Amino acid sequence: MDGAERRVGERYLLERREFPAFLAALSASGYRVVGPTLRDGAIVYGEIRTESDLPIGWTDRQEAGTYRVVPRGDGALFGYAVGPHSWKKYLFPSRERLWSARAKEGSAGGFEVEPEPAGADPPLAFLGVRACELAAIAIQDRAFTMANDVAYLRRRERILRVAVQCGVAGGTCFCVSMGTGPAAAGGFDLALTELIAPEHHRFLIEVGSPAGAKVLTGVPLAAAPADSAREAEEVVARTARSMGRSMRVEGIRDLLVQNPEHPRWNDVARRCLACTNCTMACPTCFCQTSEEVPELAGGRVERWRRWDSCFTTGFSELHGTAIRKSHLGRYRQWMTHKLATWYDQFGSSGCVGCGRCITWCPVGIDLTVEVEAIRSSPGVRPSEPSPP
Amino acid sequence: MTPATAAPPPLPSPHPWAPVPFEVRERAAETVDTVTLSLAPPDGGVPPLAFRPGQFNMLYLYGIGEVAISLSGDPGRADRFVHTVRAAGKITQALQRVGLHATVGVRGPYGGGWPVEAARGQDVVLVGGGIGFAPLRPVLYELLHHRDRYGRLEVIYGARTPKDLLYYEEIQGWRARPDLRFQSTVDTAGREWHGDVGVVTTRLPECRFDPPRTIAFLCGPEIMMKRTAEALLARGIPPDRIWVALERNMKCALGICGHCQFGPEFICRDGPVFRYDTVDRFLSVREL
Repeated sequence: MDGAERRVGERYLLERREFPAFLAALSASGYRVVGPTLRDGAIVYGEIRTESDLPIGWTDRQEAGTYRVVPRGDGALFGYAVGPHSWKKYLFPSRERLWSARAKEGSAGGFEVEPEPAGADPPLAFLGVRACELAAIAIQDRAFTMANDVAYLRRRERILRVAVQCGVAGGTCFCVSMGTGPAAAGGFDLALTELIAPEHHRFLIEVGSPAGAKVLTGVPLAAAPADSAREAEEVVARTARSMGRSMRVEGIRDLLVQNPEHPRWNDVARRCLACTNCTMACPTCFCQTSEEVPELAGGRVERWRRWDSCFTTGFSELHGTAIRKSHLGRYRQWMTHKLATWYDQFGSSGCVGCGRCITWCPVGIDLTVEVEAIRSSPGVRPSEPSPP
Repeated sequence: MTPATAAPPPLPSPHPWAPVPFEVRERAAETVDTVTLSLAPPDGGVPPLAFRPGQFNMLYLYGIGEVAISLSGDPGRADRFVHTVRAAGKITQALQRVGLHATVGVRGPYGGGWPVEAARGQDVVLVGGGIGFAPLRPVLYELLHHRDRYGRLEVIYGARTPKDLLYYEEIQGWRARPDLRFQSTVDTAGREWHGDVGVVTTRLPECRFDPPRTIAFLCGPEIMMKRTAEALLARGIPPDRIWVALERNMKCALGICGHCQFGPEFICRDGPVFRYDTVDRFLSVREL
């Protein structure tokens, strides 16, 4: 099949030994490849130049407030769940210059906004995007599209998404509850399922878009027999059965919106450190602030945006004092927005069930437990109408 | 009651977050901590400066930063943006000190506005508290430009002390008009004050309106709006005829920074003016 044209919707088999040829094809197509790498004891996203940059043979153990990488005992390339990074670090960088201006003579405070320098970085290939992360990208797409955020949208349209169907569920995963995984059913350019048998290590590749098909031209592939497709389905089905967590989502929007005074918020506020870890690790959190960065000489300023978090005191500051003074107000804002008012704003939950906020919470707060605690004793006052 | 019709789009700018330089054309110190600035393009090179009463701009000072401020001028004048700014934080303090012909950056206008057209043929009640009277002033101009389109017109304006009253000269003119009842009141006053003392709700019994045919616009501290709305409801105005303007920290005004969320609403995008019955349940929740 070498050199043959690849078709959207078709499935192909890639032998493990040919994986470098696949990476080379991504680079040859003009993409800078980024994906999972092992660094400082965690699997994080970074540059992938060769396959040895991948965490080959490693997996992770995740629980509330706990993350450890451990050897798998095999040579799997993608045998782990999601780590502390998410793809938003590329689509929505943690710091980004918005614009710059020069001081202009002739009036006090005069300025002139400078034209942005032309030139663009090479397009990125995201290697190893999980189903929950495809859902997270789609959620951020809605927020940034509604705000017509040109910088985000420009980056977004240049991304090639190489999905990986999850072969293991993390201890804090609950994508099945959120309806976002573990199978990636669409929204990718290519989707890989890693098929590991003692004698045979291969990848089933599903083509999701013409851009994905183009990359595969020239990659040594075989046609996928029906039994390999079934084998791939069994991989994600097994993952679905081993989810570490679950969350009941029926009626969750009204449950949280109608319970802002629930005593459980007091309870969680006593544990929450307001450290912002959950918002930094969350693949959908988009809150940000902007800052004035003047040059010391005063002739030029830059305006930057950076990630912000609803857990900081300054986030809600109005006329010099914070509206949300307590951890209660901040945790309630975060969880109610993520799981409830997100539906009002963007037509979906803001949660994809990736479990990062549970794993990376230093005190192990688990939002699936918090929801269940409120659900078990809802304090809804019957006279209150449902909001519009 | 339907929300306001489409508001004019923001000024064209090279970047959605980038301000357009404007020149301070007039400057009036209203009180010890509040100034009114009239801003216009330095070369007249920007299309008509249209806005709806209730909309706001992001005002920018080079090297200092940006802040959301309501428009407080006459919507009938498309040659300037007028803003009344009270010193509260770093940027609003710096805005007190800008002089004539200085440059202030502007992006906007943003947000919806007061549904002034829904007030046609109706009695109208405006209640403002403190700096919250500024976003109501454009409504008052609009109503008075077309006075015959509206029924009775009741305005209550409360300030902390007589020295905190904004637009002092203009208020004398409004008080003298026969086709408008303008009541001002202060929380506390010395013995030289001849006017009323008390919170704005103490002036409501004076107001005459036909409740089912009345529209009320309230702007001020949340507790003031809540108490006023409750008093108006008690007088028989239906909850869907009362509108309030809300305020939260704003960084972008574009619906993406997340700071101005109030329950499900982005105040910058969905507000800042809301129908009372859509937000009253959230007004009673602390730290929302």
